[in-house]
Amino acid sequence: MNFEEHAGKAVLAAAGIAVPRGELVTSPEAAAAACRRLGPVVVKAQVPTGKRGKAGGIAVVDDADAARAAAERILGMSIGGHPVERLLVEGRAAIRHELYAAVLDDPDSKGPMVMLSSAGGMDIEEVAERHPQKLVREAVDVRSGLDEVAARAIAARVGSDVAPESLADFLVRLYRAWRDADAELLEVNPLAVLDDGSLVALDCKLTVDDSAVVRQAELAATGSPERLSDLEARGRDLGLKYIELDGDIGVLANGAGLTMTTMDVIAHHGGRPANFLEIGGESYTKAEPALALVLDNPRVRSLVVNFCGAFARTDVMTAGVLDAFDALRPTVPAFFSVHGTGSTEARAMLRERLGREPYPTMDEAIAAAVAAARGAEGGR
Amino acid sequence: MIVRGDERVLVQGITGRQGTFWTERMQAYGTRVVGGVNPRKAGTSHCGVPVHATARDAMAADGFDVSVLFIPPLGVKEAALDAIEAGARRIVILTEHIPVQDVMWVLAAARERGCAVLGPNTAGCVTPGECFVGFMPAFDAEIFRPGNVGVVSRSGSLGTLICLNLVQAGLGESAFVGIGGDPVIGTTTRDALVALDRDPRTEAVVLVGEIGGAMEEAAAEYAAGMSKPVAAFVAGRASPPGKKMGHAGAIVMGDRGTYASKRSALEAAGVRVLDTPSDVGPVMREMLG
Repeated sequence: MNFEEHAGKAVLAAAGIAVPRGELVTSPEAAAAACRRLGPVVVKAQVPTGKRGKAGGIAVVDDADAARAAAERILGMSIGGHPVERLLVEGRAAIRHELYAAVLDDPDSKGPMVMLSSAGGMDIEEVAERHPQKLVREAVDVRSGLDEVAARAIAARVGSDVAPESLADFLVRLYRAWRDADAELLEVNPLAVLDDGSLVALDCKLTVDDSAVVRQAELAATGSPERLSDLEARGRDLGLKYIELDGDIGVLANGAGLTMTTMDVIAHHGGRPANFLEIGGESYTKAEPALALVLDNPRVRSLVVNFCGAFARTDVMTAGVLDAFDALRPTVPAFFSVHGTGSTEARAMLRERLGREPYPTMDEAIAAAVAAARGAEGGR
Repeated sequence: MIVRGDERVLVQGITGRQGTFWTERMQAYGTRVVGGVNPRKAGTSHCGVPVHATARDAMAADGFDVSVLFIPPLGVKEAALDAIEAGARRIVILTEHIPVQDVMWVLAAARERGCAVLGPNTAGCVTPGECFVGFMPAFDAEIFRPGNVGVVSRSGSLGTLICLNLVQAGLGESAFVGIGGDPVIGTTTRDALVALDRDPRTEAVVLVGEIGGAMEEAAAEYAAGMSKPVAAFVAGRASPPGKKMGHAGAIVMGDRGTYASKRSALEAAGVRVLDTPSDVGPVMREMLG
C-alpha cells in the first residue's frame, strides 16, 4: 500500500523526525491562506506516485497570490493516473545541502537495508549508477534492528558535514519508523541539512507491506487505496486479484504463474488478453463469481479456462465454472485446458454438464481462443 | 531442497482442514510423516501419527528431518522459530501473505542455525516415486514420473504445467523444487539450481521463472558454468509493468525485474529460453539426446 507524502510525513513526525511546517489543503483559497501563515512556501501535489516535480505538480512560490495560482493549476491535474485532489503547502527554510536516506526490504540480503547518500534530491537509481561511492548500503539483522553504534558507522561513511550523532539519531528513528509501520520502503529524499546543522525531511515516500496491512489497520486508514476500475474493485471485494487489460480474450486460470503464462501464450499466438485473474491458493473455491467477473467485461470475445491444479483442485474449480455457465449462459466461445489435482472428475463434469472435452494441451486451447476472438470459428 | 523418501517429516498445523487433506495424500504417496504439531491437541493422534505441543517436543520424542508448515500467515513466525530452535535442518513454508518482516526474521534465525528454508508461498517439493512435501499433485501420473529432469519453479501451478509437458513428452522428473512466489524467500532459484546440479539423478534442468526481482539473473550466473543442459521459461512477458501479478514478487519496477533482462541473462549463460511451456518436452528430449 502506497502513501501520499503528507501521510508518510505523519509517520516520520511520530517517530521524532523533523518535517517542515505545513498544511494539507484542497482549494486555491486555502492554499493562499496557508501561505499567508507560513511565508514563502512549496505547493506540492499529493498523489501516491513519484515524479511529481517532472509532471509539474510542485511549485515554489513566495506570496499568497502565487500560491493561489499554483494551487489552481495543480488541483485537477492528473499525475501517473492519479487526479490531484489535495495539496501540501509547506514553509521553506535555508538549506545547506541535501542528503538521501531510506530503509527498504532487500531481497538479496533477505533483510532490511539502510541506504544513505550525500547526494540527495535526485533520482537514487541515477546516484547508484553515476556516483556509487556516494551511496552507502548497510544490511541490518531484522532481529536486533539498527542501534546507535551501527548507525554512527553508517553516518561516518557518507562523509557529510553533519554531526555523526545527529545523523545516527535520525537513522535510528527512521529504522524504527520503518519497522513499526511494517514498511517495505521508507524513503526521505531529500533530507535537508539546514544552516544550523539540523535535519529536516523535505519529502517522504512510504510503502507498507500489503501482507501486513491486517495488523496495521490504523496506519492503513491513512494510506491510498489502489485506483481500480469497476471490475477490479469487484474483484477486490470478492478477494480476487483481477487486473483489467485492453485485449479481448478473457482469462480464468489458477495460480499467478499459470495465469501470467496464459497471457504470455495468448500474446505468443497473436492474441491479446482482456484480464489477469487467478483463483489459485485459497480462492480456488471462487470460480463462479470469478468467471462472472471475466464475462462482465464487454470487450471479451472468447474465453480461456486454463487449470493446472496443485493445491487448487480442478474438480472444485470446474464445478464453480459450470455453475457460472448455468447461471449466466455465456454466448462467447469458451476453450478449456484442465490438468492436475482432480482433473479426472473435472473432465467428467465438463462432459456431462456442458458436453465439452478439454483440449489436450494449453497451447491448443489458447490458439483456438485466439482464432475465435478473430471470429474465425466457434468454441469447442 | 530435495527431500528423499526415507527422511522424517513433521507437519505443523496437521489437524487443520488443509493440513489433514495434504498429510493424508503425502502419506499415501510414501512421504514418511512421523508426527504433527498443534498445541491444543498435544497428546492425541491425527492421521495415524502423534500430535505434539511444539516442534521441540516432536524433536525430543521421535526426531524429524524436515518440517512443513500448514499455518496461517500471522502464526508462521512463531511456528517456524519453534522448528528452527528444535534443530530442524530444513523447513517448508507454504503460507502466502506472511508479513515480510516476519519472513526476514525467520530467515535470519534459520541462517544462524544452519536450517534451510523452502518458501514462503511455495507449493513444496516432489521427488517422484519417493515422496512429496507440501501440496503438489505428486500422485498424478500424468504430471510426475521418476526421471532425470530437475525442475525449479517460483510458481506451483506453472511448475505443474511444465511437469505435465515433460511427462507428455515421455520424460520424467528427478526432483521438483518449488521455491515460492514471494520477493523474500529462503531457497532462491540459484540455490535450487546448485542442488539440482549436484544431484546425481538430475541430468538436465528446467528453470521456471517469472518477472520481478533478480533471481533468474543470479541463477544465470551459475548456469553459465554448469555442464548439465538447462532450459528456462519465464512467465510475465505480456504483463503490464508496475503491477503485482498475483505473486507479491512478480512486479516490474522501472528496469528491474523485466522479462527482457531475465531472458538476455539466461541466454548469455547458454540457457535455452522457451516461448511457450509446450516447447519444454521436445526441447528437453533434444537436450538429453
